[in-house]
Amino acid sequence: MHEYEEDGYQVYKMGLWSPGPGCHGGCGAEVYLKDGKVVKVEGDEDHPYHQGRLCPRALALRQYIHHPDRLKYPMKRAGERGSGKWERISWDEALDTCEQKMRDIREKYGAESMVFGQGTGRDSGGPIIFLAYAYGSPNWTLFGLSGIACFTPRLAACTMVMGDMTFPDAAQFFPARYDDPDWKCPEVILSWARNLQGSQCADHYFSGHYVIDMMKRGAKLIVVDPYNGWEASRADLWLRLRPGTDGALAMGMIKVIIEEGLYDQDFVEKWTFGFDKLKDEVATQSLDEIAQITWVPVEKIVEAARMYAAAKPAQMRFGQPLDSNAEAVASIHALASLWALTGNIDNPGGNVISRPVKGVTVYPYSTVEVIQLYGQEFVDKMNEKRIGADKYPLVKNFRSWAMSDDVLEQMETGKPYPIKGLWCQTNNFLAGTAQDPRRHYEAVRKLDFNVVVDTFMTPTAQAIADIVQPAGAITEKDSAFTTGIPLNPIYKVAETEEARMDWEINFELAKRLNPQAVPWPNVRALFDQRLSVAGHSFDSLVEAGWALAPKGDPTCPYNRHEKGLLRPDGQPGFRTPSGKFEFYSQKFEEYGLNPLPHHVEPLESEISTPEIHKEYPLILCTGRRVGVMFHSEHRMIPWLREINPDPPVEIHPDTAAKYGIKDGDWVLLEGTYGKAKRKAKVTPLTHPEVVVAQHGWWIPEARYEGDGNPYKVWDININQLIPMGHNSKSGFGGALTKTMLCRISKVKEGEEVSYA
Amino acid sequence: MPRDFASKRSPRKGLLIDYDYCTGCHSCEVACKQEHDYPAGKGGIHLSEIITEKPDGTYRIDYIPFTTMYCDLCAGRTANGLQPACVKHCQAATMFYGDVADLAKIMEDKPHHVLLTPR
Repeated sequence: MHEYEEDGYQVYKMGLWSPGPGCHGGCGAEVYLKDGKVVKVEGDEDHPYHQGRLCPRALALRQYIHHPDRLKYPMKRAGERGSGKWERISWDEALDTCEQKMRDIREKYGAESMVFGQGTGRDSGGPIIFLAYAYGSPNWTLFGLSGIACFTPRLAACTMVMGDMTFPDAAQFFPARYDDPDWKCPEVILSWARNLQGSQCADHYFSGHYVIDMMKRGAKLIVVDPYNGWEASRADLWLRLRPGTDGALAMGMIKVIIEEGLYDQDFVEKWTFGFDKLKDEVATQSLDEIAQITWVPVEKIVEAARMYAAAKPAQMRFGQPLDSNAEAVASIHALASLWALTGNIDNPGGNVISRPVKGVTVYPYSTVEVIQLYGQEFVDKMNEKRIGADKYPLVKNFRSWAMSDDVLEQMETGKPYPIKGLWCQTNNFLAGTAQDPRRHYEAVRKLDFNVVVDTFMTPTAQAIADIVQPAGAITEKDSAFTTGIPLNPIYKVAETEEARMDWEINFELAKRLNPQAVPWPNVRALFDQRLSVAGHSFDSLVEAGWALAPKGDPTCPYNRHEKGLLRPDGQPGFRTPSGKFEFYSQKFEEYGLNPLPHHVEPLESEISTPEIHKEYPLILCTGRRVGVMFHSEHRMIPWLREINPDPPVEIHPDTAAKYGIKDGDWVLLEGTYGKAKRKAKVTPLTHPEVVVAQHGWWIPEARYEGDGNPYKVWDININQLIPMGHNSKSGFGGALTKTMLCRISKVKEGEEVSYA
Repeated sequence: MPRDFASKRSPRKGLLIDYDYCTGCHSCEVACKQEHDYPAGKGGIHLSEIITEKPDGTYRIDYIPFTTMYCDLCAGRTANGLQPACVKHCQAATMFYGDVADLAKIMEDKPHHVLLTPR
């Protein structure tokens, strides 16, 4: 039963994935309502994802849903852009205005002159790409994020070299989870650039706490991380690498595994391509040099390689910092090669191929799927004008993002065609998503028409919007969690004033702008069609609570490459040109990229720019996750903000002493591109040469009255130190959020950031 | 013999924390505030972070969820056969509710546990 009554409450079981909890997890929850209001959330013990456990963001849901600052009505600006003055309007007026302005832009300049930006990849990506394509624009992007450096680079690299993405196997594919007889507990978990404390279940579609479940069952832990986090503190082996050198470290481990003959000969022979070329490549490299580059001593590289290769099975979890490597797909290729060398692909307890349950996506993102839905002709036409498609083969052939760095540049130059409008939906780019937010601010404020759709009035909405539309949060929208395991329904049980679900807003506008592109009578009918491949309608999925693919299905492990379940032609092997895992990638070769995994130095570093390093001796690692907040959300939620009250920068005690900084002091961070202030958190957990900062900070309680500094973003936004336009050669990756150099000093008295 | 003798002797209940696995996620704190409708600044459980040097020079991080004077061990929930809100939602599944004597027995076998008896 998805709905029942208990002690005067209406209780609904649903998946959590949307504004509210934030995150990319797939927890099952029981949402308690009284008089139409969300009053409590409990974990659903019948749900296999988290078995009744919940994160603090989900448990604080009622403070989010009923927050007094929620956007409640559509508004138009009642002064200059950024004046902080707004006037309530009706939904009719909001949609009429959008329709009229967007028609004007399409008629005068072409549909491609309107950019459609999303924030983090949750369910809102579907309605945004749906609206963009119905309108006729190919320019759907993760607006602001250099190199689309969050998950897409990992997805791109894996898809190119092995035809699919993998997830670490924590038995999430089976209803009985760890008790399923086919599952094996990994002997070793190699946790690479992960932060389970921060991401919990928030980043990467599986729970960070699965690691704990498996540690309790005997898994040992190798951790690769510059930071002495909780996992490092519990690790059997910890490799403290220099930020941005993951590719070099992985090449070192590959070298040891090959040269000591520790690789899985059977798997390598049957299922891989280009082994000899990889072997020749690592033969040219020396472990001493790799140790110098990575800061990891040779003996630890050797120990890690031996421990990982000896474990049967071993699994690797890899995190977002990989996407920030200078040439991200090349680093990720190196990490994935470790799985293939040791035969840890689609094996019980290893790295298993992960596809959406039964192949369901509520709306398609990949080029292959878009072709299935709209046809090759449509995709070819879109690629003619898609920003970056001519420059980056992965944009053209893999995933249809317009390239964020090039979108910004085109907004500024108007070349090869002008950009005139921005549809910005659940993307708070001025506070979180964008690198070089000042460039984004200047560029977007020059456009003719900007719309922001969000749950709260953000710095982004204050600074750039002409029209603001209130979006429904979780419990206020119909949707589905399709990118992870299991497939979960999300459905509307309550509402906040006039807030509307993303799909409803975009569906209505798409129908007005291009009725032919919207053959469905309503959003539910669209969902019914998309879910039908899983044998579900929207209602039946809601009733079922969640869905997993049965064993034997191509979307359920194991050993699918042996069974002919991965390739479209039904032959054994992987979905690559050779049918094998490619150490030497023929796709990369075709696209003019280095076919072998390799390391590229960051834009700034002790090696690439020693002169700059002398003046700016510290490495800034930003984007640090914290479990009580998700990206730029939750700063206004009392139960969560009290746990993480100030925008911090973590500094080692020796470094702090050197610069005369004490815990709690306001600190100025300066880099070659910009500066920001943060509150010092002095801790021995960070490396003396590395300072660590959370991203996404703004101060919602600092009321905005039009001074051009909405919610203090220009004081504290750490992304002001990070440039745009240095994304990887492949296009995807290289946001530089982990590797820019900086210096720090104590902020002078009277110049601290005040929240009043 | 008083008829409620048994209930007077009913064993004390407590919370056992296996702090080897507590990751400091704060679910216990927020679950408690939600359950009891406590505002920010008040709650039945408070998470402490303890950072200590290990013999190899690296640092160990431990978290202890500590019960405050507001903790009633979720009397309303446990009377209905439910786990306390903090125990149920603990993401690392590292908190245990039960009779103190039973919980203490677990400590005889395993190190790195603390036992809390708030009432």
